[in-house]
Amino acid sequence: MTTLLRETLTNSSIYMPTPARIVEVEQFTAVEKWFHLELPSGFTIAHKPGQFVEVSILGIGEAPISICSSPARSNGSFELCVRRVGKLTDALHRLDVGSMIAVRGPFGHGFPIDRFHGKDIIFIAGGLGLAPLRSLITEVLDERGKYGRVALLYGARTPNDFLFPADLAAWADREDVECHVTVDRPSEGWEGPVGVITTLLPKVKFPARNTVVAIVGPPVMYRFVLDELLAAGIAEGNIWLSFERQMKCGVGKCGHCQMHHIYTCQQGPVLSYAEVKNLEEALS
Amino acid sequence: MKILPKHSLKAWVERLRATHRVVAPRETYGQYIFEEIENADDLVLDYHSSVLPPKKYLLPPREDLFAFNAKTMEMSPLIEEIQPTVIMALHTCDLHAITLLDKIQGTGHTDQHYQARRRKTTLVSIECLKPCMDHAFCKSMGTLAVPEGFDVHLTDLGDRYAVEIGSEQGEQLIEGLSLFWEPVEADYDRANQVMAGKWPNFDYRLDCDVTDLPDLLAASQDSALWDEVGDTCLACGQCTKVCPTCYCFDVLDEIDLKLEHGKRVRVWDSCLIEKFAVVAGGHNFRSSQARRLRHRFLRKGKYQYESYGLLGCVGCGRCALSCPAHITPIGLLNTLAQRRRPATEEASSRS
Ligand SMILES: Cc1cc2nc3c(=O)[nH]c(=O)nc-3n(C[C@H](O)[C@H](O)[C@H](O)COP(=O)(O)OP(=O)(O)OC[C@H]3O[C@@H](n4cnc5c(N)ncnc54)[C@H](O)[C@@H]3O)c2cc1C
Ligand code: SF4
Ligand code: SF4
Ligand code: FES
Repeated sequence: MTTLLRETLTNSSIYMPTPARIVEVEQFTAVEKWFHLELPSGFTIAHKPGQFVEVSILGIGEAPISICSSPARSNGSFELCVRRVGKLTDALHRLDVGSMIAVRGPFGHGFPIDRFHGKDIIFIAGGLGLAPLRSLITEVLDERGKYGRVALLYGARTPNDFLFPADLAAWADREDVECHVTVDRPSEGWEGPVGVITTLLPKVKFPARNTVVAIVGPPVMYRFVLDELLAAGIAEGNIWLSFERQMKCGVGKCGHCQMHHIYTCQQGPVLSYAEVKNLEEALS
Repeated sequence: MKILPKHSLKAWVERLRATHRVVAPRETYGQYIFEEIENADDLVLDYHSSVLPPKKYLLPPREDLFAFNAKTMEMSPLIEEIQPTVIMALHTCDLHAITLLDKIQGTGHTDQHYQARRRKTTLVSIECLKPCMDHAFCKSMGTLAVPEGFDVHLTDLGDRYAVEIGSEQGEQLIEGLSLFWEPVEADYDRANQVMAGKWPNFDYRLDCDVTDLPDLLAASQDSALWDEVGDTCLACGQCTKVCPTCYCFDVLDEIDLKLEHGKRVRVWDSCLIEKFAVVAGGHNFRSSQARRLRHRFLRKGKYQYESYGLLGCVGCGRCALSCPAHITPIGLLNTLAQRRRPATEEASSRS
């Protein structure tokens, strides 16, 4: 099997992607779709949870998208969950099963899964942040025995904005996962919690010393969640966040993703709070 | 060292032109631009800084990355193999800038497009004996001497050039040519004299030592100066275009009207332009011109040094010359240094 990254890097141009076929599509919300993609036969993506691919639609352009499937389940195929916000994502949303796109990567560093072994884990996802986190959550659940207690906190704007509804239901059913969801604005029939994601934090009582936290969400969320986690005594080096920046190359050359001295595409997108706490441009 | 009598220079260039594209500074309307020369008479070795740096031959303003057929998904890389090229009469600051570009493009995932051009390019530099323009501050930045790994370097000794060879590629440019003489004792003496005489012609322009720059900039994060200067910056991006060490790019697709055949291209981009760091949802992590300007300067004087061990500014002064708002690195850095000084002096007098 050829890994996609090796193919990307041994191409005569690191900027030239590899074709991939859309084999399944699901509309999650008005603006978010899930895509199951298949690589040419003999190819594997071999990603780590939290890594991303540069997705191309030839003639339209390229954008970084996180891989949302578990490494163990992605093989010659992988999954993406995409919000329609602009040029490339609009075009992607218009494609049907059978259409071809192209990808480069996977790029960046994912979550340092080895450092999660034996620890209690809190996953905190805001909105679309559940997509990158899902690759980590499924990885952890696939090897559940390696970890201590596991909790997922997920906040969406409204009950209609939940992503991965089937997964959410399955996780909520498990005895070995504490699942908490909240919405900013309730709709008719919603009986669950209402409020920002930080209101869920008091529900999980994990010993600070043995807990790692993985957070993905919009920039505003990070500040508030961090304050509470630090106040609860979680070590700075045990808090992992994924950063979103404009990315044009994915390989540390175009300069767009720079966050102080860090090229987010290469040294990120996942970084610990300890690494970024002094970088003013990281969090605001 | 070898010696090239000045009257043989043209003959050498003509010999090079037989096998290479020769690019050199040319005068046009009182300014200098690097351009292919079609006649050795066009050669100018004594010039003030060129408008655009020679990086345009290694990282052109617009470059094809690959061609595609959007219907069949066929793709083929477009790595432009250039003809063997000699870039003549580079100032040492520009040579330092290329050393930095080499390092960046070769670190991590190698950029093959850059490498393809670079492999075919030989650099002939020239010793700067007097400042090329008022804005230059190469002596302060430590770029007034040739960096390691140059190809061929010329020093004007009056009626002749001292020729130093720094690489095998350089060696090939003079190999077997009887135009080059062996130096005699007097040539070495003259070369030493010229070198000793040049340094006093240049001023230190930076108020602090170049090795302090990363610290100075680190300490400047919250300086009000960024807002003051940011208010005057027009976000035109001119400074980054003319900078020999700037290399950021944007990527675009171009496609025919049938939406079938197209190319992906990259074009120069600038971190001084507002949309450079905008992400989905409209959030901008460098939301003001002050922050963008600060990023540019910290990148030049701190981040690049941390990532690649080389500073991202070589003191050529082009940005200062071209900035419509008269923002200059020396003005900016010296103000930062001055504003820091009272604080440190106070601290040391207290202790
Ligand atoms: C590591 C990483 C992982 C990501 N993972 C995912 C994922 O899993 N799913 C997902 O949906 N997205 C993800 N994203 C975000 C995604 O890359 C962007 O939404 C995408 O680039 C949008 O591309 P586009 O061509 O559709 O939008 P564009 O047409 O480029 O527009 C995108 C947005 O940028 C803003 N914008 C662009 N230009 C300007 C301007 N001049 N002025 C102001 N605002 C402007 C607008 O807000 C616009 O909505 C990820 C990003 C990163 C960096
Ligand atoms: S920042 Fe200005 S002075 Fe420094 S290398 Fe670039 S153009 Fe020259
Ligand atoms: S050239 Fe001057 S005005 Fe233009 S972007 Fe650069 S600093 Fe700002
Ligand atoms: S995306 Fe180009 S440098 Fe990171």
